[in-house]
Amino acid sequence: MDNPAPRAIVRGMEHDSDILIAGGGLNGLTLALAAAQAGLSSTVVDALPEAAARATNFDGRAYALALASQRMLARLGLWEALRADAQPMLDIKVTDGRVGDSAVFLGLHFDHAEIEEGPMGFMVEDRYLRRALLSAVEAEARVTLLSGTRIAGQEVLPQGATVTLEDGRGLSARVLIGADGRSSGTAQRAGITRTGWGYGQTALVCAIAHELPHNGVAHQFFMPPGPLAILPLTGNRSSIVWSEREGFAQEINALSDEKYLQVLRPRFGDFLGEISLAGERFTYPLGLTLANSWTADRLALVGDAAHGMHPIAGQGLNAGLRDIAALAHVWHHAARRGEDIASPQVLGRYAEWRRFDTATLAAGTDLFNRLYSNDNPLLRMGRDLGMAAVNRLPGLRRAFIREAAGLNGDLPDLMRA
Amino acid sequence: MTTTVDPSEIAKFEAMAAEWWDPNGKFKPLHMLNPCRLDYITTQIAEEFDRDLGTERPFEGLHILDIGCGGGLLCEPMARLGATVVGVDAAERNIPVAQAHARQSGLEIDYRHTTAEDLAATGAAFDAVLNMEVVEHVADPAAYLAACCALLKPGGLHICSTINRNPKSFAMAIVGAEYVMRWLPKGTHEWSKFITPDELFALIEGAGMQPVDRKGFQFNPVTWQWRLSDRDLSVNYVTAALKPGA
Repeated sequence: MDNPAPRAIVRGMEHDSDILIAGGGLNGLTLALAAAQAGLSSTVVDALPEAAARATNFDGRAYALALASQRMLARLGLWEALRADAQPMLDIKVTDGRVGDSAVFLGLHFDHAEIEEGPMGFMVEDRYLRRALLSAVEAEARVTLLSGTRIAGQEVLPQGATVTLEDGRGLSARVLIGADGRSSGTAQRAGITRTGWGYGQTALVCAIAHELPHNGVAHQFFMPPGPLAILPLTGNRSSIVWSEREGFAQEINALSDEKYLQVLRPRFGDFLGEISLAGERFTYPLGLTLANSWTADRLALVGDAAHGMHPIAGQGLNAGLRDIAALAHVWHHAARRGEDIASPQVLGRYAEWRRFDTATLAAGTDLFNRLYSNDNPLLRMGRDLGMAAVNRLPGLRRAFIREAAGLNGDLPDLMRA
Repeated sequence: MTTTVDPSEIAKFEAMAAEWWDPNGKFKPLHMLNPCRLDYITTQIAEEFDRDLGTERPFEGLHILDIGCGGGLLCEPMARLGATVVGVDAAERNIPVAQAHARQSGLEIDYRHTTAEDLAATGAAFDAVLNMEVVEHVADPAAYLAACCALLKPGGLHICSTINRNPKSFAMAIVGAEYVMRWLPKGTHEWSKFITPDELFALIEGAGMQPVDRKGFQFNPVTWQWRLSDRDLSVNYVTAALKPGA
């Protein structure tokens, strides 16, 4: 967009920018770029020093971007920098397995050829996504990034929101956005409480190199201790997200690389040939945490700050991007009408749009996890029959594929083709 | 404004302004309709005066009058888009309330306690006159619309919304909005004063303006939102007209 530089200076009240974003992770930076495209300026405050954020060694973290999310990154001009390092997901195979069984029983099979839009999504490594975002932010005059500092306090006045940084600097804007993760300080300072629970499970995350090609197929195995996902990365590499009971997960994580692989191998068989670790290992305790309100006066939450989900379907980042696309959509139209982008009317439109979607998704993944993280023979039979049924009904199967691609529901402008 | 205003008075007006601007408060129905009204108004003004809504302050240089401004729900967006705005209201108590909110919003808006007829008598003239949900409340619509026309510069744009008169509008606007939903106080509207689109077009022409467009405001009870409709003018509707001679 070639609008003249925005004037955040409204007669009577001078702001540093239109929007203050707490948190310069993937969500915070993407929001700043989406807002810039809607003609709004932002200041992003991030605790991580910029050098750390720019680190380009592969640490093993990667995201399954749904097709809708990929479209959004393309609309924001980020895809060109990511395309070469992104692995299309052509197929998703869902299998009900048990440790030690050769996990080749294919219960469910979602092939992208069944929908016309293209692959269901792309696997993108964290380092490339961060690099693309930081470069785009650097080139965008409407975004100011303050790295290596934290917000110490915030105040909301009828004229705007102000924050005080830990070094004593003060900043003001029309609206404050919390993109600061599942234990969001922005939400806490605004008095927004949370609802949630742990699952007593921990996700083990790593990247592996393997002998045989993955052919762009993502696998989801449902094991009694919790799900295991094998997601294709570029080359003969895959990202593994694997859940185990809390205590056992810690034991596994304490093992040497070789012993860690010995535990992992029997969980998905040998269809990829020999495997080895291709990055660091991470653990994340699994739990659901939902903010009880998405907005307060001149304040809104996005991403995990609003909804920390079970990462069973890789939906965390996708849901965050959908929040951002919806907020940018609402702001774009509000600004054209001359509405105050921080008014409860405008922020309320965003909250209403996203709250229902997210509560449904959170409840769905929660139920899914409870249903599948179980070795009860009746439940096993039930879900196997269910999988077989879904597999035989092309309409239902297409609906699942479209859901995985993020194409269901009321799509914000940024996610449309 | 001089600074002789009593601070406790200001606090009182700010509290009343908060009430006007509360999306779930007393004026909830107006807030629900507002985005739809603003979409129509901004699109019509942008088209008529060749402005690009994607730019910063697209209405810079335009003089806009809002009749029946209330708490400033239309004046503030117009000012934010760069217009020079005058808001008038026949209810004196609304003026300091609207002023208090504009101050909080950091916007400069000229609010006055006067009527269209009195303002027209001063010779004031505007590029656009917003006449939203007022005509169904006035005693003499023809004389009122003549005053609206007098307030326009030649080539100026008049936007007027009101409520149709038919069994459906009776059911929706009076039984529904006033009695069932309690959106509006009972007695807000008098159905016999409602005006059909054809009657309004005739009145607008009689006042010396040329009608150019009309659309319906359609309420969707499922999404709980209003939208503009080309065909359904059965209850709330809006019209655009031009004063000849640009």
